[in-house]
Amino acid sequence: MANQKNYWKSTAELDNNNAFVEDLKGREFVEKLPEDAFLGDDQVMNDSKTNRRDFLKYVGFSTAAASLAACEGPVHKSIPYVVQPEEIRPGISNFYATTIADGFDMASILVKTREGRPIKVENNTDAPASYRANARLQASILSLYDTFRLQGPAQSGSPVSWATLLGQSRQQLDNLQAEGAQVVLLTQSFASPSTQALIDRLTAKYDNIKHIAYDAVSSSHALDAFEKAYGQRALPTYDFSKAETIVSFDADLIGDWQGGGHAPGYVKTRVPVKKNGKAKMSTHFQFEANMTLSGATADKRVPMSAAQQKQVLAALYSELTNGQASGSGEQAIQDMAKVTAKYLRKAGKKAVVITGLPSVEAQRIALAINQKLGSVVIDTQHTTTIRQGSANQLTQLVDDLNSGAVQGIITAGVNPVYTLANGEQFAAGLNKAKFSLSFSMKNDETASKAQWVAATPHYLESWGDVEFKTNHFGLTQPTIRPLFDTKQFQDVLLTWLGKDTSYRDELRSYWEQNILNGKSWNKALHDGFYVGNSSSKQNQYRDAVADAVRSISAATQEGYTLNLYTKTGIGAGQQANNPWLHELPDPITRVTWDNYLTVSKSDADALGLWNETQSDGSLNGGLAKITVGSSSLTVPVLIQPGQAKGTVGLAFGYGKQSGVKSEMQIGANAYKLYNDFSSVQPVSIEAVDGTHEFACTQLQNTLMGREDIVKETTLEIFNTKDRNDYNAVPVVSKNHIETLVTSPEVDIWDQFDRSVGHHFNLSIDLNACTGCGACVVACHAENNVPVVGKREIRKSRDMHWLRIDRYYSSEDTFEGDKNTVNEISGLGESLTTFSSLEEPSANPQVTFQPIMCQHCNHAPCETVCPVAATSHGRQGQNHMAYNRCVGTRYCANNCPYKVRRFNWFLYNHNDEFDFHMNNDLGRMVLNPDVVVRSRGVMEKCSLCIQKTQKTILDAKLEGRDIADGEFQTACSSACATGAITFGDINDKTSRVAKSLESDRMYHLLESVGTKPNVQYQVKVRNTETS
Amino acid sequence: MTRFFCLNVPQVRVLLSFVLAIAFTLPTYAQEADVDKGKSLFNMNCAACHKLNKRAVGPALAGVSQKYEKEWLYSWIKNSMAMVKSGDPQAVAIYEEYNKSVMTAFPQLSNEDIDNILAYTDYTPPAPAVPAAVVTTAASGGDNTTSILLLGVLVLVLVILVVMLFLVTKTLRKIAIANGIEVEKTRPIRKPLWEVYINNSFLVFSTVIILLFSSAFFAYGYLMQVGIDQGYMPVQPIHYSHKIHSGDNEIECKYCHSSARVSKHSGIPSLNVCMNCHMNIAEYNGEEDLEKGYTKEFYTNEIKKLYKAVGWDEENQRYTGDTQPVKWVRIHNLPDFVYFNHAQHVDVAGIDCQKCHGPVEEMEIMYQHSPLTMGWCINCHRESNVDLENNEYYEKIHAELSKKYGVEKLTIAQMGGLECGKCHY
Repeated sequence: MANQKNYWKSTAELDNNNAFVEDLKGREFVEKLPEDAFLGDDQVMNDSKTNRRDFLKYVGFSTAAASLAACEGPVHKSIPYVVQPEEIRPGISNFYATTIADGFDMASILVKTREGRPIKVENNTDAPASYRANARLQASILSLYDTFRLQGPAQSGSPVSWATLLGQSRQQLDNLQAEGAQVVLLTQSFASPSTQALIDRLTAKYDNIKHIAYDAVSSSHALDAFEKAYGQRALPTYDFSKAETIVSFDADLIGDWQGGGHAPGYVKTRVPVKKNGKAKMSTHFQFEANMTLSGATADKRVPMSAAQQKQVLAALYSELTNGQASGSGEQAIQDMAKVTAKYLRKAGKKAVVITGLPSVEAQRIALAINQKLGSVVIDTQHTTTIRQGSANQLTQLVDDLNSGAVQGIITAGVNPVYTLANGEQFAAGLNKAKFSLSFSMKNDETASKAQWVAATPHYLESWGDVEFKTNHFGLTQPTIRPLFDTKQFQDVLLTWLGKDTSYRDELRSYWEQNILNGKSWNKALHDGFYVGNSSSKQNQYRDAVADAVRSISAATQEGYTLNLYTKTGIGAGQQANNPWLHELPDPITRVTWDNYLTVSKSDADALGLWNETQSDGSLNGGLAKITVGSSSLTVPVLIQPGQAKGTVGLAFGYGKQSGVKSEMQIGANAYKLYNDFSSVQPVSIEAVDGTHEFACTQLQNTLMGREDIVKETTLEIFNTKDRNDYNAVPVVSKNHIETLVTSPEVDIWDQFDRSVGHHFNLSIDLNACTGCGACVVACHAENNVPVVGKREIRKSRDMHWLRIDRYYSSEDTFEGDKNTVNEISGLGESLTTFSSLEEPSANPQVTFQPIMCQHCNHAPCETVCPVAATSHGRQGQNHMAYNRCVGTRYCANNCPYKVRRFNWFLYNHNDEFDFHMNNDLGRMVLNPDVVVRSRGVMEKCSLCIQKTQKTILDAKLEGRDIADGEFQTACSSACATGAITFGDINDKTSRVAKSLESDRMYHLLESVGTKPNVQYQVKVRNTETS
Repeated sequence: MTRFFCLNVPQVRVLLSFVLAIAFTLPTYAQEADVDKGKSLFNMNCAACHKLNKRAVGPALAGVSQKYEKEWLYSWIKNSMAMVKSGDPQAVAIYEEYNKSVMTAFPQLSNEDIDNILAYTDYTPPAPAVPAAVVTTAASGGDNTTSILLLGVLVLVLVILVVMLFLVTKTLRKIAIANGIEVEKTRPIRKPLWEVYINNSFLVFSTVIILLFSSAFFAYGYLMQVGIDQGYMPVQPIHYSHKIHSGDNEIECKYCHSSARVSKHSGIPSLNVCMNCHMNIAEYNGEEDLEKGYTKEFYTNEIKKLYKAVGWDEENQRYTGDTQPVKWVRIHNLPDFVYFNHAQHVDVAGIDCQKCHGPVEEMEIMYQHSPLTMGWCINCHRESNVDLENNEYYEKIHAELSKKYGVEKLTIAQMGGLECGKCHY
């Protein structure tokens, strides 16, 4: 029976008499095809001299020509120097010691240059460990090759010559001086003695110029407190390697607190080394609102708001002075103060209290406690001036600019229009000024509003010096000729002073007169770091903090507080146009390319904020409108385990619009909420409709008690129990006999003989890893790892060869998780328990675990490759021949560690990926010793085989043996805390050979039997505090 | 040429007799002075800064003995600066004229040596045998043409012979027919060969198979050489002859390609390296290859190109600073995914450059000698022994490995030189 069913597209079709429908039925296309436009009219066609045959001839000819041209190999030109500089040899790297201090970070570094172009930042191991490069400084090399850099000086946006700018600016300064109008020189905190001397000379010559130092992320409160306590406006320095008890109130000592660089010293007390059978570790209490790196590493982390922290601090002070915690605080707060005080007393001189609270009182109390304890961890005599900015001066400046009291403004190294909470007012004042000049590398928010813009060089093209702390000096030297028509701030100052010497000469004579004390300038420049011997200051404590204790013990909180912080990747936002830093996942949240509001789970539920995991593993989040005073921002929400209730967190440095590629104009600008330079602000939050798509490399799940990946124990167990209790090697049953999986009997593979030559191992100490991410960026730079962008990362197509996994616990401890799993009985219970275990607890323990290719001796990837593109080397490395790979991705499928990365696209020479590999300038950062991979091949960590091969070749050329420590990978040399060590285990004296024998050593997923060449050291926590 | 010669000879003769006359009228040094000795002394001591007929770092020295007193010359050569300091007007004048460049003192030269040198600088060689060269050229040119001509004639004769034979048979056959003689058919009528072939399916089948295989073989061979530039001999912006530098003058390869000792690149020498010698060698005086157009003028002209590139003002013997880097065409191109290190091969292994680059010292124009394929690399790594003498790095590894393999000498392959990751990363 025929189907009588009618299908119709519109009701008009049901009307049989509709002529329009009939008409349409006869036509294939509703509208007439534009064939006239396509073919032209007959006249034109007939007149045309090109007939069909000609057309075919042209097609044939061009096809033939194209294929002929394709047959011809490309001709490569090779252009040698006309006069080759003595120190440059093609193919050989030169290293220059230099120093970076951009007003936020500082480090003593070695810059690796090839054929005259800097390609990598390495740590200067001759300088103290506190001046190692963090992730941002590792990435700073790419900012040198930023296409958005200013290429020359400009006036009102149009290029001018330096002669014009220098002449006219000097003229204007003279005029303003004659008028008696005030000019303000607003600079970053230089901490540069020679620059300070120049500024002093300038202000002496022009009595109308006033110098103000300004930090985008201020340490003003700490500076004020130290000034009050010790009479010097500076910051004390700390040596955490001497610490036994560390109590931190919102001070991210592993992160950017007071200039950073504290992690290497801190970690020295955190790695348990058994002496006489007993290991010691320091005890670390962390009271904080946001989950920070320090909180993640702390033995006891207490999530609480700033107001509560102040109460604890006040109670702690009373407890230590009076023997009892006074004040009206809650019992819980009193108890915390008591426990903390007990530990502080126990450690005595080796205890320290630090705080990052934006409160002069809190800072004063911390100093008072340290004074009382006689702490040797804090050094009040060797101070640092890397933060100088004063909140009051800035507030005054904005007012003066708008009232006309200040007629001229010169900015150097700062971007106040972007970084000030009242940046718009500053911009308005800038417009009113008679003279405005901005020294800037970018056409940023401030530079684009100033009358004159002086293009400055990158620090790798500059001269300079830094006083890290009293008597610790660093020299900055150029490692490449300026790429663009730029001039240093200091050189311009010299011109204004009427000098025709260069800053380099000035710097040298300053050093010879004031710092070097007869020592060689060339040696100091070669070393990049210099220890002076002038007598340190005699700072005397002279503060009384009774009023401060009273004032902060009364601290209360109403509603929510916003805690502004700096992220590991972006920091204060100087390098907002650096794709490596955006792509670096935040160590805690593992989110890339984003700025978001971190909210605790309970607050999110109360406010109606949400996160949702999509079926493809990506994360979506809701939006929240946050209001501080009169400013409000709409930001995406990320539910952060460990966030203190009643607090939310937001990072600085995002939302930059000017001088930043469109891909990197992301996130909200938190500076707009940074009123009075206080990182803690009362805030009101409301949920807003909308969905935000995150690019998250790891979701907020937990380990669910699985111990094969992260092994953890406590110091107590580590000291008292046998290795099998905390680091047992898995066993399998063979012929009903339990056999260790490491035993050759249970192995289906034959062993290679690796006893001859080198056998490389990488050892990762989970106790020493702080998650700082320097290794990830170093790996990017060394191995030409492409940047893929947010869209691709959301599809899990990130290309990081090295990732730092972060694991939360579901109970308060990982141990708790394990117990829960062990107690499961029955299928039904296991289902419910496991799903509940997925949720991290409100204050979880955190473990960081760097994971790269494990270079398995019995590698699962090698056996499945159909074309043998991945194979094993005798030296223990798993090789990857990219040109052999056909891209089946079987290897990635078979890898239990998920460390293989597939090139889904051609990332270089591709404008779809507008980061750095698509332009000539950005490609200058590529390492010529490592091939740039193409589309359709698999890639992964090679254990920096180019570096090991280089070390071997150097030894061969010099005819000598290789000492331990010579073999390095990019990650091991970037690691400031020594968490990653690399070496040859056939050299029995090497550190990796010894760590292989350590009780803490284990391999990832040992039960799989892959026999990796990467070792991990069990994480030991000093949890007896709780 | 002949005309030039005719005009020139009398002049030269006049000149020669003049020189000889002077030589005999000045017996003080001419008698015992030895031009040959003088030449070798000149080349050893003076040639770095002086030329005979051309200003270099110092003045041209031809006829210098006529310009200055002999005693003055002795003391000037032995210690010029002393004379300048003592305020000798002539000495100061020279010192000023040549930008106050200090002439090396030669206290080791005896008066006799100086006499010899002066004899050489005053000596004018007899006119070169230009006509001889012309003759040889003509002869050699003729040689070539003659051989082609001869061949042509031979071919022609052969063709004529074939035609004649054919004609003879034809005529004979005609005569035979005319005489009524039956020309016997030698063979019985059989099926033509192709028909036999077509009908034999086995033969057809095997031919097809053979054809298929052989074409596959040739196609494979053709495809495998795509991208292999063995014999690649591009035209370079400056005609640099390795034959002259490395062959005739025996300059060590690594004098110019010094990076090969320490770096992965052998390095194309920068132009200042060329100028180490070419500051003094402004013209070519070696052998010529007129057939290919490599005359002295040609080579001298190439040296001028170098001067232009490096910005050397020959007249005033100074650098102008106006440089034009030379854009050489790169001959040996390894793909980006291969890591090759010269230092490892040249310095550690001590391999001769010629092993891979061929007889460079015979190459007028540089070309790629080896295929530079992976198979070529691997073969060598399989066959060559590692030179472990006097290298502490290898001591332990060698002892252990040779025990393991039970051999005295290890090949590179046994040392792990075939692993992918050693060259691909």
